[in-house]
Amino acid sequence: MCTYLTEKIEITGSGKGAAGWFQLSDASVYFDHPVHAMAEHTVNIDFLNPGKGPSARVAVELTAASARELARAIEATLASVPPSLQD
Amino acid sequence: MQEALTAQTISMTVAAGDEIEAYLARPQGSGPFGSVVVIHHMPGYDSSTKEITRKFAAHGYAALMPNLYHRDAPGASPDDAAATARAKGGVPDERLVADVGAAAAYLRALDGSNGKVGVIGYCSGGRQSFLAACSLQLDAAVDCYGAAIVNPPPAASPLKVTPIVGLAKDLSCPLLGLFGVEDKMPSPDETAALAKVLDGLSKPHEFHTFEDAGHSFFAVDRPAYRVAAANEGWEKIWDFYGRYLAG
Repeated sequence: MCTYLTEKIEITGSGKGAAGWFQLSDASVYFDHPVHAMAEHTVNIDFLNPGKGPSARVAVELTAASARELARAIEATLASVPPSLQD
Repeated sequence: MQEALTAQTISMTVAAGDEIEAYLARPQGSGPFGSVVVIHHMPGYDSSTKEITRKFAAHGYAALMPNLYHRDAPGASPDDAAATARAKGGVPDERLVADVGAAAAYLRALDGSNGKVGVIGYCSGGRQSFLAACSLQLDAAVDCYGAAIVNPPPAASPLKVTPIVGLAKDLSCPLLGLFGVEDKMPSPDETAALAKVLDGLSKPHEFHTFEDAGHSFFAVDRPAYRVAAANEGWEKIWDFYGRYLAG
Protein backbone atom coordinates (compact mmCIF):
# COMPACT_ATOMS: atom_id res chain seq x y z
CA MET A 1 0.00 0.00 0.00
CA CYS A 2 1.45 3.33 -1.01
CA THR A 3 -1.16 5.90 -1.82
CA TYR A 4 -1.05 9.68 -1.64
CA LEU A 5 -3.83 12.07 -2.49
CA THR A 6 -2.57 15.23 -4.11
CA GLU A 7 -5.60 17.12 -5.27
CA LYS A 8 -9.34 16.86 -5.80
CA ILE A 9 -10.86 19.60 -7.92
CA GLU A 10 -14.14 20.55 -9.52
CA ILE A 11 -13.92 20.94 -13.28
CA THR A 12 -16.12 21.84 -16.22
CA GLY A 13 -15.75 20.08 -19.54
CA SER A 14 -16.28 16.72 -21.19
CA GLY A 15 -14.44 13.45 -21.43
CA LYS A 16 -14.76 10.36 -23.58
CA GLY A 17 -15.01 7.09 -21.68
CA ALA A 18 -15.85 3.51 -22.53
CA ALA A 19 -19.49 4.42 -23.21
CA GLY A 20 -18.79 7.63 -25.16
CA TRP A 21 -18.71 11.29 -24.25
CA PHE A 22 -20.00 12.56 -20.93
CA GLN A 23 -19.87 15.77 -18.92
CA LEU A 24 -17.12 16.03 -16.32
CA SER A 25 -17.62 17.49 -12.87
CA ASP A 26 -14.56 16.39 -10.87
CA ALA A 27 -10.94 15.40 -11.22
CA SER A 28 -8.59 13.57 -8.86
CA VAL A 29 -4.83 13.75 -9.14
CA TYR A 30 -2.84 11.31 -7.04
CA PHE A 31 0.44 9.42 -6.83
CA ASP A 32 0.03 5.68 -6.52
CA HIS A 33 0.73 2.30 -8.06
CA PRO A 34 -0.69 2.24 -11.59
CA VAL A 35 -3.15 -0.32 -12.87
CA HIS A 36 -1.62 -0.54 -16.33
CA ALA A 37 1.44 1.69 -16.79
CA MET A 38 4.82 -0.04 -16.63
CA ALA A 39 6.12 1.89 -13.64
CA GLU A 40 6.04 1.24 -9.91
CA HIS A 41 4.40 4.58 -9.20
CA THR A 42 2.68 7.09 -11.45
CA VAL A 43 0.75 10.31 -11.32
CA ASN A 44 -2.81 9.15 -11.85
CA ILE A 45 -5.47 11.53 -13.08
CA ASP A 46 -9.13 10.57 -13.00
CA PHE A 47 -11.63 12.76 -14.86
CA LEU A 48 -14.98 11.96 -13.29
CA ASN A 49 -18.68 12.50 -13.07
CA PRO A 50 -19.65 10.74 -9.82
CA GLY A 51 -23.31 11.51 -10.49
CA LYS A 52 -23.18 9.13 -13.45
CA GLY A 53 -21.60 6.29 -11.46
CA PRO A 54 -18.14 4.71 -11.09
CA SER A 55 -17.80 3.96 -14.82
CA ALA A 56 -18.06 7.66 -15.76
CA ARG A 57 -14.30 7.94 -15.53
CA VAL A 58 -11.46 8.78 -17.88
CA ALA A 59 -8.20 7.64 -16.34
CA VAL A 60 -4.58 8.29 -17.23
CA GLU A 61 -1.42 7.07 -15.54
CA LEU A 62 1.71 9.12 -16.25
CA THR A 63 5.28 8.87 -15.09
CA ALA A 64 6.29 11.81 -12.92
CA ALA A 65 8.36 13.28 -15.77
CA SER A 66 5.46 12.92 -18.20
CA ALA A 67 3.05 14.56 -15.78
CA ARG A 68 5.38 17.53 -15.34
CA GLU A 69 5.72 17.84 -19.12
CA LEU A 70 1.94 17.72 -19.49
CA ALA A 71 1.49 20.43 -16.87
CA ARG A 72 4.12 22.57 -18.66
CA ALA A 73 2.39 22.01 -22.02
CA ILE A 74 -1.00 23.01 -20.61
CA GLU A 75 0.44 26.18 -19.09
CA ALA A 76 2.31 27.01 -22.30
CA THR A 77 -0.81 26.50 -24.39
CA LEU A 78 -2.91 28.73 -22.14
CA ALA A 79 -0.19 31.38 -22.06
CA SER A 80 -0.34 31.63 -25.85
CA VAL A 81 -4.08 32.24 -25.94
CA PRO A 82 -5.54 35.74 -25.43
CA PRO A 83 -7.23 35.95 -22.03
CA SER A 84 -10.41 37.11 -23.74
CA LEU A 85 -10.80 33.64 -25.27
CA GLN A 86 -10.41 31.81 -21.97
CA ASP A 87 -13.69 32.78 -20.34
CA MET B 1 -1.31 -32.67 -6.96
CA GLN B 2 -3.97 -33.18 -9.62
CA GLU B 3 -4.53 -29.46 -10.36
CA ALA B 4 -8.04 -30.01 -11.78
CA LEU B 5 -10.42 -27.30 -10.59
CA THR B 6 -13.63 -25.43 -11.21
CA ALA B 7 -14.03 -21.68 -10.89
CA GLN B 8 -17.06 -19.41 -10.99
CA THR B 9 -18.54 -16.13 -9.83
CA ILE B 10 -21.04 -16.51 -7.01
CA SER B 11 -23.31 -14.27 -4.96
CA MET B 12 -22.40 -14.47 -1.30
CA THR B 13 -24.76 -13.53 1.51
CA VAL B 14 -23.07 -11.38 4.16
CA ALA B 15 -26.21 -10.54 6.11
CA ALA B 16 -29.93 -10.57 5.47
CA GLY B 17 -30.51 -8.61 2.28
CA ASP B 18 -26.80 -7.92 1.84
CA GLU B 19 -25.22 -9.93 -0.96
CA ILE B 20 -21.92 -9.32 -2.68
CA GLU B 21 -20.13 -10.82 -5.64
CA ALA B 22 -17.31 -13.27 -4.98
CA TYR B 23 -15.03 -15.53 -7.02
CA LEU B 24 -14.89 -19.19 -6.02
CA ALA B 25 -12.28 -21.71 -7.16
CA ARG B 26 -12.29 -25.24 -5.79
CA PRO B 27 -10.40 -28.42 -6.49
CA GLN B 28 -12.24 -31.23 -8.21
CA GLY B 29 -12.84 -34.32 -6.13
CA SER B 30 -14.58 -35.06 -2.88
CA GLY B 31 -11.97 -33.72 -0.47
CA PRO B 32 -11.31 -33.34 2.35
CA PHE B 33 -9.73 -29.98 1.59
CA GLY B 34 -8.79 -26.88 3.51
CA SER B 35 -9.96 -23.45 2.42
CA VAL B 36 -8.58 -19.96 1.91
CA VAL B 37 -10.26 -16.56 1.84
CA VAL B 38 -8.34 -14.41 -0.64
CA ILE B 39 -8.36 -10.66 0.05
CA HIS B 40 -7.62 -8.66 -3.09
CA HIS B 41 -5.19 -5.73 -3.26
CA MET B 42 -6.15 -2.05 -3.50
CA PRO B 43 -6.54 -2.22 -7.31
CA GLY B 44 -9.49 -4.43 -6.61
CA TYR B 45 -11.25 -7.60 -7.63
CA ASP B 46 -9.16 -8.01 -10.74
CA SER B 47 -8.13 -10.79 -13.10
CA SER B 48 -4.70 -11.20 -11.53
CA THR B 49 -6.20 -11.86 -8.08
CA LYS B 50 -8.71 -14.26 -9.64
CA GLU B 51 -5.66 -16.06 -11.05
CA ILE B 52 -4.22 -16.25 -7.53
CA THR B 53 -7.55 -17.65 -6.31
CA ARG B 54 -7.41 -20.37 -8.97
CA LYS B 55 -3.81 -21.12 -7.97
CA PHE B 56 -4.98 -22.10 -4.49
CA ALA B 57 -7.55 -24.47 -6.00
CA ALA B 58 -4.88 -25.99 -8.23
CA HIS B 59 -2.92 -26.69 -5.05
CA GLY B 60 -5.86 -28.43 -3.39
CA TYR B 61 -7.57 -25.62 -1.44
CA ALA B 62 -11.06 -24.21 -1.95
CA ALA B 63 -10.57 -20.47 -2.34
CA LEU B 64 -13.04 -17.60 -2.25
CA MET B 65 -12.33 -13.96 -3.04
CA PRO B 66 -15.08 -11.51 -2.04
CA ASN B 67 -15.38 -8.35 -4.13
CA LEU B 68 -14.77 -5.88 -1.32
CA TYR B 69 -15.79 -2.98 -3.58
CA HIS B 70 -19.06 -4.53 -4.78
CA ARG B 71 -21.23 -2.23 -2.66
CA ASP B 72 -19.28 0.87 -3.75
CA ALA B 73 -19.55 0.17 -7.46
CA PRO B 74 -21.77 -2.79 -8.38
CA GLY B 75 -21.10 -3.96 -11.90
CA ALA B 76 -18.24 -1.53 -12.54
CA SER B 77 -14.90 -2.69 -13.91
CA PRO B 78 -12.34 -3.45 -11.19
CA ASP B 79 -10.24 -0.33 -11.80
CA ASP B 80 -13.26 2.01 -11.79
CA ALA B 81 -14.54 0.32 -8.64
CA ALA B 82 -11.13 0.70 -7.00
CA ALA B 83 -11.04 4.42 -7.83
CA THR B 84 -14.48 4.85 -6.29
CA ALA B 85 -13.57 2.90 -3.16
CA ARG B 86 -10.32 4.82 -2.86
CA ALA B 87 -12.16 8.15 -3.04
CA LYS B 88 -14.43 6.96 -0.23
CA GLY B 89 -11.44 6.24 1.99
CA GLY B 90 -11.15 2.50 1.42
CA VAL B 91 -13.08 -0.40 2.89
CA PRO B 92 -14.29 0.20 6.48
CA ASP B 93 -12.72 -2.30 8.86
CA GLU B 94 -16.02 -3.59 10.23
CA ARG B 95 -17.30 -4.25 6.71
CA LEU B 96 -14.11 -6.14 5.87
CA VAL B 97 -14.49 -8.36 8.91
CA ALA B 98 -18.11 -9.10 8.00
CA ASP B 99 -17.21 -9.97 4.40
CA VAL B 100 -14.30 -12.23 5.36
CA GLY B 101 -16.41 -13.85 8.07
CA ALA B 102 -19.16 -14.60 5.55
CA ALA B 103 -16.62 -15.97 3.09
CA ALA B 104 -15.13 -18.24 5.76
CA ALA B 105 -18.60 -19.56 6.67
CA TYR B 106 -19.36 -20.20 3.00
CA LEU B 107 -16.15 -22.20 2.63
CA ARG B 108 -16.71 -24.25 5.79
CA ALA B 109 -20.16 -25.21 4.48
CA LEU B 110 -18.85 -26.58 1.16
CA ASP B 111 -19.04 -30.31 0.56
CA GLY B 112 -15.61 -31.78 1.25
CA SER B 113 -14.43 -28.99 3.53
CA ASN B 114 -12.24 -30.15 6.40
CA GLY B 115 -13.49 -27.20 8.43
CA LYS B 116 -10.19 -25.32 8.37
CA VAL B 117 -10.08 -21.85 6.83
CA GLY B 118 -7.12 -19.58 6.30
CA VAL B 119 -6.87 -16.06 4.95
CA ILE B 120 -4.36 -14.30 2.71
CA GLY B 121 -4.22 -10.70 1.57
CA TYR B 122 -2.01 -8.57 -0.61
CA CYS B 123 -1.13 -4.86 -0.25
CA SER B 124 -4.05 -3.26 1.63
CA GLY B 125 -5.30 -6.86 1.90
CA GLY B 126 -2.24 -7.71 3.99
CA ARG B 127 -3.43 -5.40 6.73
CA GLN B 128 -6.94 -6.74 6.26
CA SER B 129 -5.70 -10.34 6.59
CA PHE B 130 -4.20 -9.44 9.97
CA LEU B 131 -7.40 -7.61 10.91
CA ALA B 132 -9.54 -10.63 10.00
CA ALA B 133 -7.27 -13.01 11.91
CA CYS B 134 -7.57 -10.80 15.00
CA SER B 135 -11.35 -10.49 14.66
CA LEU B 136 -12.47 -13.95 13.55
CA GLN B 137 -11.68 -17.54 14.49
CA LEU B 138 -9.40 -18.71 11.65
CA ASP B 139 -6.74 -21.39 11.26
CA ALA B 140 -3.88 -19.62 9.45
CA ALA B 141 -3.27 -16.09 8.13
CA VAL B 142 -0.86 -14.71 5.55
CA ASP B 143 0.02 -11.02 5.34
CA CYS B 144 1.69 -10.06 2.06
CA TYR B 145 3.25 -6.61 2.50
CA GLY B 146 0.38 -5.05 4.41
CA ALA B 147 1.05 -1.55 5.76
CA ALA B 148 -0.73 0.56 8.39
CA ILE B 149 -0.73 -2.26 10.93
CA VAL B 150 1.82 -0.55 13.19
CA ASN B 151 2.31 2.87 11.56
CA PRO B 152 -0.49 5.12 10.28
CA PRO B 153 -0.71 5.82 6.52
CA PRO B 154 0.75 9.13 5.29
CA ALA B 155 -1.24 12.15 6.39
CA ALA B 156 -2.02 12.97 2.76
CA SER B 157 -3.50 9.54 2.08
CA PRO B 158 -7.23 9.38 1.39
CA LEU B 159 -7.42 6.04 3.18
CA LYS B 160 -9.27 6.26 6.47
CA VAL B 161 -7.40 3.39 8.07
CA THR B 162 -5.71 3.41 11.43
CA PRO B 163 -3.03 1.19 12.97
CA ILE B 164 -4.40 -2.08 14.35
CA VAL B 165 -1.39 -3.50 16.16
CA GLY B 166 -3.43 -3.17 19.35
CA LEU B 167 -5.57 -6.08 18.15
CA ALA B 168 -2.59 -8.45 18.17
CA LYS B 169 -3.58 -9.92 21.53
CA ASP B 170 -6.67 -11.34 19.78
CA LEU B 171 -4.79 -12.99 16.91
CA SER B 172 -6.60 -16.33 16.57
CA CYS B 173 -4.11 -18.29 14.44
CA PRO B 174 -0.49 -18.52 13.23
CA LEU B 175 0.58 -15.61 11.02
CA LEU B 176 2.94 -15.80 8.03
CA GLY B 177 4.35 -12.42 6.94
CA LEU B 178 5.96 -12.00 3.51
CA PHE B 179 7.70 -8.70 2.90
CA GLY B 180 10.26 -7.00 0.64
CA VAL B 181 13.34 -5.37 2.07
CA GLU B 182 12.92 -2.41 -0.32
CA ASP B 183 9.31 -1.74 0.66
CA LYS B 184 8.59 1.57 2.38
CA MET B 185 5.01 0.71 3.37
CA PRO B 186 5.49 -1.49 5.28
CA SER B 187 9.15 -0.82 5.89
CA PRO B 188 11.35 -3.51 7.45
CA ASP B 189 11.29 -1.40 10.64
CA GLU B 190 7.50 -1.58 10.75
CA THR B 191 7.37 -5.35 10.21
CA ALA B 192 10.11 -5.82 12.83
CA ALA B 193 8.02 -3.80 15.27
CA LEU B 194 5.03 -6.05 14.58
CA ALA B 195 7.17 -9.17 15.10
CA LYS B 196 8.33 -7.77 18.44
CA VAL B 197 4.75 -7.25 19.58
CA LEU B 198 3.81 -10.79 18.53
CA ASP B 199 6.89 -12.17 20.31
CA GLY B 200 5.83 -10.37 23.47
CA LEU B 201 2.37 -11.92 23.26
CA SER B 202 3.75 -15.39 22.38
CA LYS B 203 1.65 -15.38 19.20
CA PRO B 204 3.02 -17.87 16.63
CA HIS B 205 4.33 -16.11 13.54
CA GLU B 206 6.92 -16.44 10.78
CA PHE B 207 8.12 -13.35 8.98
CA HIS B 208 10.29 -13.43 5.86
CA THR B 209 11.74 -10.29 4.30
CA PHE B 210 13.09 -10.95 0.83
CA GLU B 211 16.14 -9.30 -0.71
CA ASP B 212 15.80 -7.48 -4.04
CA ALA B 213 12.05 -7.10 -3.53
CA GLY B 214 9.72 -4.26 -2.66
CA HIS B 215 5.99 -3.77 -2.50
CA SER B 216 3.82 -6.05 -4.69
CA PHE B 217 6.60 -8.48 -5.55
CA PHE B 218 4.01 -11.24 -6.12
CA ALA B 219 2.23 -9.22 -8.85
CA VAL B 220 3.19 -10.97 -12.09
CA ASP B 221 1.65 -8.25 -14.28
CA ARG B 222 3.50 -5.33 -12.71
CA PRO B 223 7.06 -4.02 -12.84
CA ALA B 224 7.32 -4.70 -9.10
CA TYR B 225 7.27 -8.47 -9.78
CA ARG B 226 10.37 -10.22 -8.45
CA VAL B 227 10.51 -13.79 -9.58
CA ALA B 228 12.92 -15.09 -6.92
CA ALA B 229 11.02 -13.54 -4.02
CA ALA B 230 7.66 -14.59 -5.44
CA ASN B 231 8.74 -18.19 -6.02
CA GLU B 232 10.19 -18.46 -2.54
CA GLY B 233 7.14 -16.73 -1.11
CA TRP B 234 4.81 -19.25 -2.72
CA GLU B 235 6.90 -22.08 -1.27
CA LYS B 236 6.52 -20.52 2.18
CA ILE B 237 2.75 -20.30 1.66
CA TRP B 238 2.40 -23.95 0.58
CA ASP B 239 4.48 -25.08 3.55
CA PHE B 240 2.54 -22.89 5.99
CA TYR B 241 -0.93 -23.82 4.75
CA GLY B 242 0.19 -27.44 4.44
CA ARG B 243 0.83 -27.47 8.17
CA TYR B 244 -2.26 -25.58 9.32
CA LEU B 245 -5.00 -26.08 6.70
CA ALA B 246 -4.43 -29.23 4.69
CA GLY B 247 -5.92 -32.67 5.26
